[in-house]
Amino acid sequence: MMHDTGAGDRSGRFPATRHSAVLAAQSADLLERERGLAILVEAYWKPAYKYLRLRHRESREDAQDLAQSFFTRALEKELFAGYDPAKGSFRTYLRVCLDRHVANEKKAASRQKRSPGSPVLSLDFEDAEGELARGEPADPRTMDRYFHDEFVRSLFGLAVEKLREECALRGKDLPFRLFERYELDRDPDERMTYDTLAEEFHIPVTQVTNFLAFGRREFRRIVLEKLREITASDHEFREEAKSLLGVSE
Amino acid sequence: MRWLSDSTVRHLKRVAEWPDLNETKYRLLDELGRGGMGTVYLAEDTVLGRKVALKVVATAAARPEAAERMLAEARIVARLEHPGIVPVHDAGALPDGRVFYAMKRVDGRRLDELAAERPLPERLRIFERICEAVAFAHAAGVVHRDLKPENVMVGAFGEVLVMDWGVAKLLAAAEAPAQGSAGARGRPATEAGTVLGTLTYMAPEQAEGSAAGSAPAVDVYALGAVLYFLVTLRAPFDADAASGRARGQARIPPPAPRKLDPSIPAPLEAIALQAMATDSAARYVSAADLAADVARFLEGQPVGAYRESLFEKAGRFIGRYRAPILLVGAYLVMRALLLLYGRR
Repeated sequence: MMHDTGAGDRSGRFPATRHSAVLAAQSADLLERERGLAILVEAYWKPAYKYLRLRHRESREDAQDLAQSFFTRALEKELFAGYDPAKGSFRTYLRVCLDRHVANEKKAASRQKRSPGSPVLSLDFEDAEGELARGEPADPRTMDRYFHDEFVRSLFGLAVEKLREECALRGKDLPFRLFERYELDRDPDERMTYDTLAEEFHIPVTQVTNFLAFGRREFRRIVLEKLREITASDHEFREEAKSLLGVSE
Repeated sequence: MRWLSDSTVRHLKRVAEWPDLNETKYRLLDELGRGGMGTVYLAEDTVLGRKVALKVVATAAARPEAAERMLAEARIVARLEHPGIVPVHDAGALPDGRVFYAMKRVDGRRLDELAAERPLPERLRIFERICEAVAFAHAAGVVHRDLKPENVMVGAFGEVLVMDWGVAKLLAAAEAPAQGSAGARGRPATEAGTVLGTLTYMAPEQAEGSAAGSAPAVDVYALGAVLYFLVTLRAPFDADAASGRARGQARIPPPAPRKLDPSIPAPLEAIALQAMATDSAARYVSAADLAADVARFLEGQPVGAYRESLFEKAGRFIGRYRAPILLVGAYLVMRALLLLYGRR
């Protein structure tokens, strides 16, 4: 028996090509660049800030300034215009740009603070500091890995938020609450079965199965969609998806 | 935005991979293991009310060849109806587009995990069962190409199952058209020059990526390597030697088992080394021949792979007929004693 429902892209398949935020950030058109950069900032600002704090050992204030100036410069100076997908992932390119940005800033005898006219990005640095305090201590020798892991954390966090929003809009609060309870809040050692979950939420086990499958499917879709947005080419997207989801051929 | 702990991120990575079984008759229960081609999940067939193992291709992110290869694997295993080969119940594509197949859930342990706990004769009887399953596959025109202790499950009731036919190849003569995609036609999983399998147990010609690397003789070699493991309780090649095999040193023989442990019977050593001969023509002609030689050893008969000295022949004769020899001996002693005391 073959179960080919031909459901297409509604879950695990790679989403069709979406407008890449990386390409948009490279655009000569300021509005388009702003749109692209907003998406990139959303995904990368926390990893970048934490990286500045841990890799470059910047103080809170300096790390905040550097993160702000890095992303605003990316907007003003078309910092990402030089990115070539054939040479590596955008994530690596961004990290190299960030390192270079820090070096350039330090070259100046005294770093010039942002000019009063520079746009200020609304970034919740206190939230990032809280995460730094809660996270496991990073090994300074593996900062590449750290940046990658923080990027994954940021991406998954955004995907969870988007899932919450979408579920709320579609009147699917219960499936999200189940997903949250079973996949996010559960202690790794906590023994929880679908049966106990069914009891807890007063619903049949079959509904637990269906809701969790829905949550996982939607989560995967959103992750892949976001990943599609913040990569520049199909090849990069596939490589990142493999790396992100532990996919092997 | 909520903060996700490291363990939650790791869990979500796994969860993002879990298949969507929503519109199927299966209910996902757990993850059983991950391999190169895909992940095996424990699921419940809600129609028949039984647990099954679902092998699902890694994700839609995988190349289309991986999906084809998995379907080819399912079709190959499906044609091998043998008690030593795990049966396939179902195959197809999940709602999320990923290819899967459902097979019997095996309750048991891997051979590499339990071998050390079993006495040698029992290990050899397990080996015979492996050979029988492989011989059956060869008769059906299928070469496994990745035989190793990790791919053998021993069930709670002693059943022996050869698993993971992911790199198996259908011999040209056995190819039969099936409905569906190109993969359905038994398309070879690999082309010449491509090496798939596990170097530690792999025949030299397979490690070299030659066209002969898909002949039944490669399974005979791997069976010899499995026998080597069962006799010595260690793999024939360590990690260094195995990686050397990938760099053109595939024809170096393994260390002789009796050099590792002199108590290993010489005929068993000879059987394993003949099966692992670097020249495929010098190996056993078939898995059945190899099994037959092991059976002869278990029965205390001379084996084809080893020429015994007169002393060894006598020793084996005594070992094989110990009870009657003891009886005759006891009888002769009694007669001698009776004669001795009768004269007094």
